[in-house]
Amino acid sequence: MFAVSQAKQRASQSRWQTLKRHLQHGDVLFRVLTALGALTVFMLIVIIGYELWLNSPLPREKFGWRFLVESEWNPVTQEFGAFPFIFGTLQTSVMALIFAVPVSLGIAIFLAELAPAWLRQPLGFIVELLAAVPSVVYGLWGLFVFIPAFVRPIAELLHTTLGFLPLFTGPVYGPSRLSASLILAIMILPTISAVSRDVLLAIPASQREAALALGATRWEMIWRVLLPYGLSGILGAVILGLGRALGETMAVTMVIGNNLALTASLLHPGYTMASIIANEFAEATYELYIQSLIQIALVLFVVTLVLNSIARVLVWRVARRVPTEVRI
Amino acid sequence: MFKSRMIVTGLLVALVGILVGACASATPAPQPTVTPAVTKVVETKVIEQTKVVEKVVTATPAPATPAPKAGSVLINGAGATFPFPLYSRWFYEYAFVDTTVRFNYQSIGSGGGIAQITAKTVDFGASDAILTADQYAKAPGIQMIPVVAGPIVPIYNIRSDDGKVITDTIKFPRTALADIYLGKIKKWNDPVLAQANPNIKLPNKDIVVVARSDGSGTTFAYTDYLSQVSAEWKEKVGQGTSVKWPTGLGGKGNEGVAGTVSQNDGAIGYVEFAYAKQNRLAYGAVQNKAGEYVLPTVEAVQAAMADFGANMGDKLALSIADAPGKKSWPIASYTYLLIYMDQTDCVKGKKLVEFIKWGLSDAGAKFARELDYVPLPPEVHKVVLDKLSKVTCQGKPL
Repeated sequence: MFAVSQAKQRASQSRWQTLKRHLQHGDVLFRVLTALGALTVFMLIVIIGYELWLNSPLPREKFGWRFLVESEWNPVTQEFGAFPFIFGTLQTSVMALIFAVPVSLGIAIFLAELAPAWLRQPLGFIVELLAAVPSVVYGLWGLFVFIPAFVRPIAELLHTTLGFLPLFTGPVYGPSRLSASLILAIMILPTISAVSRDVLLAIPASQREAALALGATRWEMIWRVLLPYGLSGILGAVILGLGRALGETMAVTMVIGNNLALTASLLHPGYTMASIIANEFAEATYELYIQSLIQIALVLFVVTLVLNSIARVLVWRVARRVPTEVRI
Repeated sequence: MFKSRMIVTGLLVALVGILVGACASATPAPQPTVTPAVTKVVETKVIEQTKVVEKVVTATPAPATPAPKAGSVLINGAGATFPFPLYSRWFYEYAFVDTTVRFNYQSIGSGGGIAQITAKTVDFGASDAILTADQYAKAPGIQMIPVVAGPIVPIYNIRSDDGKVITDTIKFPRTALADIYLGKIKKWNDPVLAQANPNIKLPNKDIVVVARSDGSGTTFAYTDYLSQVSAEWKEKVGQGTSVKWPTGLGGKGNEGVAGTVSQNDGAIGYVEFAYAKQNRLAYGAVQNKAGEYVLPTVEAVQAAMADFGANMGDKLALSIADAPGKKSWPIASYTYLLIYMDQTDCVKGKKLVEFIKWGLSDAGAKFARELDYVPLPPEVHKVVLDKLSKVTCQGKPL
């Protein structure tokens, strides 16, 4: 009896001591704080989605799923459909990735592997500086400098040489989907290249040494060893870039030409979900109109989530194929 | 060793506790400005104080209320972006006229201004668009006060066949702009334009149509004009702060329209006159209802306002597009302040009406002209002043 109670006491004491040990280094506190931080992100996502849903019942009642496929957007006749904007957002973002990913990878490989030591720091700094330029500056610069000096000649060349393809039908105006995609590419370039560079730098030197020791050339080492090794991390960087491209508002609005027409042509002006909200929300005058814009925000939110999830799944699959990996 | 660690941990926990406690006790303390919620707290306090003052005044038959202290009356407004440069100038200058009153104006757009004055979260709203019957019903007692008018001009960028930029004033016949924006007139040498401009060698070039992509009072006024002059426009497109443009490109803001126009040979756009003038853009003459070609001068816009001066009605809100007078500029609109005819806060109400009267007087009109807005002509001015004199506070005259 006595022995049992003593054992109990000892057990409770030791439990108390374990608790004390945990508490004493602040581990528990730290854990709770970080968990709260992580929970905040989750809560934010839920709250944003819920708020957007809550504030847009009218278009769902009136248009239903038609809202997603209808291409009429007319505030005067109160007809709202989001298809041209969904299409525009996807088209410009994907094009931006196509332009930006190879260049970013080149920058990352150069900075991590090939650049002489004295060049790495300043060049890396400049790349990161690109990410700090406000998007309205990109927009104005795009409209007044980049388009007339750079995009337009390219667009005209594409139109005259490849004009028979539906992608390059004319006429050529300055602001276009091509302009928007290129501006987006410039904007996501620093994100993708900076993260990819860090991924490459994190690969253990032993991997490089092993490849070189087997007689691989520089190119073979980078292409066969480093890139596969860091693939999941690099894909993570691309997802970050895609996220920025999908949601970018101001710069795109200024250079895309804001036209609803549904054509495949990259040289034609287009419209994105973020741009229509930026353009019309401030002066939207009646309830259905405002709620339709909120619903567009909801669609953009869902599209972003879905695309990010798909990309995430892709990263997991790739990561499983490669035995050793760098995770982000 | 162990004990000292315990003590350190204890101290840390205590410190965190103190910090959290300090934060919690610090938050509800009223801080001026920063967040709108907090300013509102301050504001309601002002209201309460003034109410107390009112009560004291009614109880004791003192001759006058004590003058408010410098900067003590804060009047909040929100709305249209188009008149924002003028309003902020007026607020600045008015501080020298009446030191007791301060203004806070947020240029969030006409739609936002209407919503906020309807919800009574501001003391006055501002809008370029005329309230709909529905919006009137939601805000009983609301009054639109025309303040100034803004003309809108067609701008263009064309090179003639020999490569020179055409700087002459191109004349646009009455329905030409509507037909261009409908996509019916496609070339600059279209007979309609060529006949009106015999002295200008208009090239055989496609017209690149540029519109404002962002919702704006400018678009509201421009599409109002297009609807007035073209039945086809009215039926197919209509009028609004944003419309579904049948053709062409959209630029964001005046600068977006002007930028897109300047980059496309053969482009046409429309911007506020002030923007065109300040940036030295070429703008056209437009044929008015009486058949005359006019330029957007102050006189021409005032003539348009005066044309409709007699039928301002009770709402004081009406379109001045396509005015019938011989000298009238056809593409313009009023911008309005929105106030309640019966103010709830007497001090604020009085100050607000005084300010609007000052803005409409010669003193205020001077700044309007400087910024290329067009002040009200005498006919309209009289009607508006008459309406302002009828503003009451809690049922009593101000």
